[in-house]
Amino acid sequence: MTRRLQRVGQAIALAGVGTLLGLLVWKVAFDDQNGAADRLARGELVHAPAFALDRLDRSGTLSMASLRGKPLVVNFWASWCGPCKDEAPFLQQTYERYRRQGLVVLGVDVKDFREDARRFMRRYGITYPVVYDGKGSTIGRWGLQGYPETFFVDRSGKLVGERIAGGVDIERNRETFERGIALALGDTS
Amino acid sequence: MRRALALCALAAALVSAPAVAAPSPADLEAELVCPVCGTTLDQSDAPVAQRMKQIIRQRLAAGATEAQIKAELVDQFGPGVLAEPPKSGFDLLAWLVPLAILVVGAVGVGLAAWGWSRRRGDGEPRPRAELDPELERRVDAELRRFDS
Repeated sequence: MTRRLQRVGQAIALAGVGTLLGLLVWKVAFDDQNGAADRLARGELVHAPAFALDRLDRSGTLSMASLRGKPLVVNFWASWCGPCKDEAPFLQQTYERYRRQGLVVLGVDVKDFREDARRFMRRYGITYPVVYDGKGSTIGRWGLQGYPETFFVDRSGKLVGERIAGGVDIERNRETFERGIALALGDTS
Repeated sequence: MRRALALCALAAALVSAPAVAAPSPADLEAELVCPVCGTTLDQSDAPVAQRMKQIIRQRLAAGATEAQIKAELVDQFGPGVLAEPPKSGFDLLAWLVPLAILVVGAVGVGLAAWGWSRRRGDGEPRPRAELDPELERRVDAELRRFDS
């Protein structure tokens, strides 16, 4: 009886160790920690991760799939983020300047209160589409590391140019921003 | 007289009985997590945590209950905003698995202890090993010599 009990105990312990080992192998082998931003930085061809989120600028949802064929500037922001306030007027100007060429600036409000976000949009006169991601479901797949962050997507849905981490700034990254827009629009000259 | 004293005692007990205390901001801040930094609100100074603390105070002042405030924050930020996982759905596993491990461990230890006690306390004296007659004779002789 005791020997059988010992064997059962040993089997349970071995099963536990095996399960933990399996989880470790799975985590190392299959769990892709690198979001789109990291793969883009390594020079890989990356499609913009899909999402379908509620809109803040009007009712309904907006998905990446519905924007296929349009060049995009995807800006992740939150109302409590300081640099997001600084760049908001510039993003609105960008939208107004390039919208005739089909460019869409898409705001993704992350980890924020809906009402705070709407107040922010009114304050800065934002008229481009904005979706709400309070739960942060886009963070991992896009590889966000902070707020704001800006990506460029071409008409085929691929990420182009460089990810801009931090506010879009005239002195610091204006050139990167303009190049991202040119690549998204398909201007490779 | 006794009845009057009993009534007084009952009234005093009722008066001194603690009412259901309204939740304090500090209680809620310890039970909710900053969605950006991952620590409880009382440990965080992140801008979103400060905004959440402000909202909690406003909602408490407006008479909202703890459950209502938590539900509103879960609606905005998801269940990850709760420091303790909910006791329902898939999250119930977070509570049940440690409990199950504890029960299985306790049963295992109990069974092992029962097995050991049975082996040690079965009451049957173990048969003595037979001594070689020559050796027994020599031991007896040595003992006699020692006694004398």
